[in-house]
Amino acid sequence: MTEAAATLSQEDYILFEQTKRKHRYKQFIKGMLFLLPSIVLFSVFLFYPLLRTIYLSFFLTDASGAPTVFIGWDNFVTLFQSSIFQQSIKSTFLFVLYTVPLTIVVSLFLAIIANEKLRGIGFFRTIFSSGMGISVAAASVFWLYLFHPTIGFLNIILDTFRLEKISWLTDPSWALIAISVTTIWMNIGFTFLILLGGLQSMDKYLYESADVDGAGYFYKLRRITIPMLSPTLFFVVTVTIINAFQTFGQVDILTQGGPQNATNFIVYSIYREAFTNYQFGSASAQAIILFIIILIMTIIQFKLGERKVHYQ
Amino acid sequence: MSYIELTDITKSYHAGKNILEKINFTIEKGEFFVLVGPSGSGKSTLLRMIAGLENVTDGILKMNQKIVNHLPPKDRNLSMVFQNYALYPHLSVEQNILFGLQAKKVSKKEQKKRLKETAEMMGLSDFLDRKPRQLSGGQRQRVALARAVVSEAPLCLMDEPLSNLDAKLRAQMRVEIRRLQKQLGLTLIYVTHDQVEAMTMGDRIMVLNDGEIQQVGKPITLYNEPANLFVASFIGSPKMNIGKAEVKNTSCFLINNTLSFPVGPILQEALKEHKDIVVGIRPEHIQPTTHHEATHSLEVVNVEQLGNETTLAFDVDGELWTAKWPGQWDIMAGHQLKVYISEEHLSFFDAQTKQLVRPASFNSQEEVQAI
Repeated sequence: MTEAAATLSQEDYILFEQTKRKHRYKQFIKGMLFLLPSIVLFSVFLFYPLLRTIYLSFFLTDASGAPTVFIGWDNFVTLFQSSIFQQSIKSTFLFVLYTVPLTIVVSLFLAIIANEKLRGIGFFRTIFSSGMGISVAAASVFWLYLFHPTIGFLNIILDTFRLEKISWLTDPSWALIAISVTTIWMNIGFTFLILLGGLQSMDKYLYESADVDGAGYFYKLRRITIPMLSPTLFFVVTVTIINAFQTFGQVDILTQGGPQNATNFIVYSIYREAFTNYQFGSASAQAIILFIIILIMTIIQFKLGERKVHYQ
Repeated sequence: MSYIELTDITKSYHAGKNILEKINFTIEKGEFFVLVGPSGSGKSTLLRMIAGLENVTDGILKMNQKIVNHLPPKDRNLSMVFQNYALYPHLSVEQNILFGLQAKKVSKKEQKKRLKETAEMMGLSDFLDRKPRQLSGGQRQRVALARAVVSEAPLCLMDEPLSNLDAKLRAQMRVEIRRLQKQLGLTLIYVTHDQVEAMTMGDRIMVLNDGEIQQVGKPITLYNEPANLFVASFIGSPKMNIGKAEVKNTSCFLINNTLSFPVGPILQEALKEHKDIVVGIRPEHIQPTTHHEATHSLEVVNVEQLGNETTLAFDVDGELWTAKWPGQWDIMAGHQLKVYISEEHLSFFDAQTKQLVRPASFNSQEEVQAI
């Protein structure tokens, strides 16, 4: 009897395996169908251009962007020897340094005050986040007028206090600061909204419990709000840094990389190299360098950040 | 000289509709006071007003003979345990317990001493380095209690602290909280919707419904002499059986057109004042006919065997009545069953005002056994 059962189960086993394999195959096909749209889109607009850029970075090109001579690492070597590119990297890092911390601090402050339960707070929340709805071009033009040397609002203010007028966008020592201020203003909407969302999702019982325990406002801020907000803060810092490295629009409209290359950030430099100088090989090499810089920055952040961040 | 005194306390969020209406009661020092009521009755709001987390719309709240209406929570010298424990998820158990002491800048030495004592008392010494998410429900509950204990505040407020625990743990924590309260001499105000918790833990219970006090008293008083129909059906499990009484003639009355009882002299007098009468009887007072002669016969609809007792459901003119008999009874659903119901076990309520007319008159003799 046990033998019969064994042979039966042997056949059953094979059948069972077959059905299982068939089922798994079906599941795989189904999964691929769901992924297909993304795979196609990413391939056309992301994977192919990425590979093409890497390929181009090892070539000299003609004016239409077709590779002509293979030169190996020469594009990279030339770049690192070029003082213009060094200046470009330096000003990009300076720009990140000026914008990221200030954006975070200002947005955090706005988010914390907008998180209070006050009458008409909805109005302020809308105002603080409205920057998100303004396009980079529109905001830049708006700031262009503010920075205007004679009719600009900023210089009019300086003038009323009998201070010397500043040529915001044409003075090499001020241009970077002017662009940074514009960028901070533009980024606040997004970071504010994300941080406010983080604050709103916090359990109000924690604060009530702290109230009963006798904690003051700043004690609660330091011991509860900031640590509980750390995952959101971490996200916002990462995204803001990446965005800062990729800044283009405001530079193009406000300064075109000048004066004296003070605001010639990497992305703008890539653009100039490719579409003004028609050096697609060298531009590709810069793009690869930017990609690697952002990648390294993000990895460092994750390595340093993960330890400090508290996830629920 | 009561410890906490509420005078005409009223709460409303929007003008016009009051969530709590002129609440008056006092709590003595060292008392275990339970606020019980169905959800939406305003019990949590009342507790939060005492804590200072909600504003008092109207009325006077006194603690230690001082008016505290305007004081923020931290100046009221109390501790609070929340329903979801409100543990800080990013802090270890030790930091959670010490949070309040650090906020109040208690000295490091004192902190250490109190932490050690509390952790030992609550059995948390081995978990001090863990984060709340690494703890079981019962352990989290203990951390929440430890936070209240470590503050050494004389008054502790608890808002449904056991509702997130499973039944077994809940029964165990009931005993622990009760013991803790006695050991530390705490004045404890405890909010719950569970009448079993209220009955088993409280020195005194206040039943709240729709923002109004229904009755304040000792658990046994509430059980034996419920002030109105709401308290009668809210306190006790299974709940009291309620039926409409109808006087047939001068010598007898009918409950739900089925059960007839003789009209006694007390009832006759009561009937003069109250037109409609509603009768209540506790499940344990529909008794088997072992010691008594059968008075009525009822149709059994359902039988629940609990091992130590048997719960029977009867159909009494369309309404389900329950009876609780000690021991195990082999009864089949669908049969007619002879039962004994004594007239003196009936509580009488006015159908219009819903107030108690006459409580069941058994109490002092057989049920309560003094040691």
